Amino acid sequence: MSTVNMAIFIPFIAAMLIPLVYKKLPRLHIGWIVLVIPTFLFIRLACYIPTIARGETYLYTAQWIPSFDIYFSTYLDGLSMIFGLLITGVGALVILYSIYYLSTKESLQHFYIYLMLFMGAMLGVVFSDNIMVLYVFWELTSISSFLLIAFWYHRKGSRYGARKSLLITVGGGFAMLVGFIMIYTMTGTFHVREIIAVIGEHKESHLFLPAMLLLLFGAFTKSAQFPFHIWLPNAMEAPTPVSAYLHSATMVKAGIYLVARFTPVFGGEAVWFWLISGVGLFTLFWGSFCAIRQTDLKALLAYSTVSQLGMIMCLFGIGSASLHMDANIEAVLYTQATFAALFHLINHSTFKGALFMVVGIVDYRVGTRDIRKLGGLMAFMPISFTVAVIGSFSMAGLPPFNGFLSKEMFFTAVLHVRKLDIFAMDTFGILFPVIAWIASCFTFIYCMIIVWQTFFGPYRREKLERKSREASPGMLIAPVTLALFVVGIFFFPNVLGDYILKPAMASVFPSFQSDNYLRQPISPWHGFNTELMMTIGILIIGTLLYMSRRYWKGIYNLVPDSWTLDNLYNNTLTQMEAGSSFITSFYMTGYLRHYLLYMYVFFILAVGGVLVYTGAFDFHMANDAPINSYEWMIAGVVFTSAIAILFAKSRLTSIILNGVIGYAIAVFFVLFRAPDLALTQIVVETVTTALFLLCFYFLPPWRKENAEPRSKRVNLVISIAVGLVFILVALSVKSGKLFDTIAVYFENADELAGGNNIVNTILADFRAFDTMLEVIVLLIAGIGVFSLIRLKAGKGAEKIED
Amino acid sequence: METLIIILAGILVMVATYLILSKGLIRIVLGAAILTHAIHLLLMTMGGLKKGDVPLLGENAASYTDALPQALILTSIVINFAVTAFFLVLAYRTYQELKTDNLNAMRGFKDE
Repeated sequence: MSTVNMAIFIPFIAAMLIPLVYKKLPRLHIGWIVLVIPTFLFIRLACYIPTIARGETYLYTAQWIPSFDIYFSTYLDGLSMIFGLLITGVGALVILYSIYYLSTKESLQHFYIYLMLFMGAMLGVVFSDNIMVLYVFWELTSISSFLLIAFWYHRKGSRYGARKSLLITVGGGFAMLVGFIMIYTMTGTFHVREIIAVIGEHKESHLFLPAMLLLLFGAFTKSAQFPFHIWLPNAMEAPTPVSAYLHSATMVKAGIYLVARFTPVFGGEAVWFWLISGVGLFTLFWGSFCAIRQTDLKALLAYSTVSQLGMIMCLFGIGSASLHMDANIEAVLYTQATFAALFHLINHSTFKGALFMVVGIVDYRVGTRDIRKLGGLMAFMPISFTVAVIGSFSMAGLPPFNGFLSKEMFFTAVLHVRKLDIFAMDTFGILFPVIAWIASCFTFIYCMIIVWQTFFGPYRREKLERKSREASPGMLIAPVTLALFVVGIFFFPNVLGDYILKPAMASVFPSFQSDNYLRQPISPWHGFNTELMMTIGILIIGTLLYMSRRYWKGIYNLVPDSWTLDNLYNNTLTQMEAGSSFITSFYMTGYLRHYLLYMYVFFILAVGGVLVYTGAFDFHMANDAPINSYEWMIAGVVFTSAIAILFAKSRLTSIILNGVIGYAIAVFFVLFRAPDLALTQIVVETVTTALFLLCFYFLPPWRKENAEPRSKRVNLVISIAVGLVFILVALSVKSGKLFDTIAVYFENADELAGGNNIVNTILADFRAFDTMLEVIVLLIAGIGVFSLIRLKAGKGAEKIED
Repeated sequence: METLIIILAGILVMVATYLILSKGLIRIVLGAAILTHAIHLLLMTMGGLKKGDVPLLGENAASYTDALPQALILTSIVINFAVTAFFLVLAYRTYQELKTDNLNAMRGFKDE
């Protein structure tokens, strides 16, 4: 087992051990012990940074299900390194934060077990090279996220949010699984690196496009892209550390990881480019637009996460365009979009994590997250305020924070992509910078809302539950650390670029060998160019819009409340439930007759239909034996009594008529040279009739069938149809060409079995197994009859029935 | 002969189906019994009718009638008897407990 494989398993092992430790150390906050794990993993992974930066990669393989080509193989390269560091690094900070956030009164062991499960699953997603293993971990993140969202399971909102996120992300996960299987069908391998190597030969395959779409469906649902973003705001019912970790820094980036990982596979295709950049761009706009109207700080942050994820997604889409071209200088221009995406990925994790933690602190100290109640907290919470300013201004894209750098690079990318002359970009290209700029204005506005509404303005003590004061130092460590990163990355972006981003670029663009192309130094100052003008424009327009927002808030009411995607989701669920229960109660009526009708109709349609459809009907009487006059008579007796049963007035008549049919059949057996059958039939018929007569007194009276005429007609039609199908099939079989009978063999009964009665030797010797089981049937029926009569349900048993 | 028996069996199937589709318990038990008669006739017919002598070796006949369907029917008769007996007692007990033989009145418990 290698280090990377162990890195995946250590959190799972920890999750198993947590309950044991929790019991042993009741006084200690279990989080302190858990904290060791991500810290250790972070340091361990960080040790790989220098070698990865030199362009080396690590592949470890362990067998899992080799016969299905499923190996537990992990692949450590630049891309998985970024995610690995984010998961463990932010994970450690979040756990540290959660130690102070959650009191020991909560069921902490559950919290940390779920969190460790999630961390292990997430590490599994980013390190797996085998896509089937990746899928396993992918679903594990969905499940552990479900458990974490519903951590306070006694709240209705938590359960609702958890179910919603599970339905959406698992739905996407299934689609992705199908996409993976399609990829396997095309390429014959589950290993990402091998897929990248051979996918070029399969671009024309009819599975190529469906596989791409299904994979993107999985990625979009997980990364909360429009219109699947609706689960993310509801997932804010989770404890704040969970929101900070899962729903800003890690899980929602699993979809982005998937897109980045599969860019070498599908990149360069117009569909891929348009879907990712288009959906990303719209999500960027829509998320920022919706964020402004939120009054709950966490919901606002959720929409801002949606928006920022859209931006990263859009950048990956733009970056994939360069794979359409050869590795030349022009193509490298577009790879910068991917560089920006990776850069913003890291930046977003830092500032969004910090912001969530600050909101958690405000919530924890003040008792509310509603911005209508908050205000004037700056004086009480100076450190939280500082962190909030750093995080918000970075998110808004202002210097001197890292968000400024990534926003400038984003503008560079959308300005470049406008000039792209492939994928019909000459028509629609202008939309990219325009929408991006508008969305950035909205981003600026909601960032200002976070800072101004919370920390400035009048302090309203009467609306707050608790007296405000600064959080404990321990709680502040994690957000302050993240804020330091926010500032640090702005001043030293190239350290990050050289050691982390460059190798990740090599993973996304394996065909671009010369790594000099793949990196340009990041500098905060480009001179007075268009990007800077755009930022200044955002600053001015955004400020104006923020100041005047009460005048244009009316636009949010233009669309009725019932038209939201949330309502669509809720209504779809209700409609599906109502629809399926309607259908089920429509055909599951509880009447035996209806079920029998289904069976008979199916029989008529299936058997009769096949007979008609294949034209198998065939009839001739060439081989028929001649009919004697007394055979006609017996047939007449059977026919008459059968019809007469239908019209019988009393049960005695019907029982006797049934007996008549039985005896007539016994006579037929005599005529057909079957003495044993005739004997048995007579005996059995006698006993059956006797049984009927024995029960006679106790049996219900033979009433006239008082069914409606309509259902009687239906019954009549169905019975005639069943009988006709029966007759037609039997006649066709009789007239068909058949093999000779095997009964000649049984005529050796004397030599083989020492008996002269062939039927009896068959029953007791050749096929005695049947007879044995038949005896058992008789025995069971006897026991059944006995117990039905003797064992009567007492009064106690009636209660069981209720 | 075969054609006649098949048509007869078909009529028995019709009658049995009609009885099984009705509401009374006893009609259904009777319908099931008649259905087995039809099936026995069919089995018999499929082996060929009156194609030889009684399947007893002492007869020194030129050919014997097919013995295999006879063995099958014999098994079936016994099983059918067992099932009919059980059904009959079940119907009796049902009537005794529920005071009705109308199947439309037997629809399980409300809370199921």
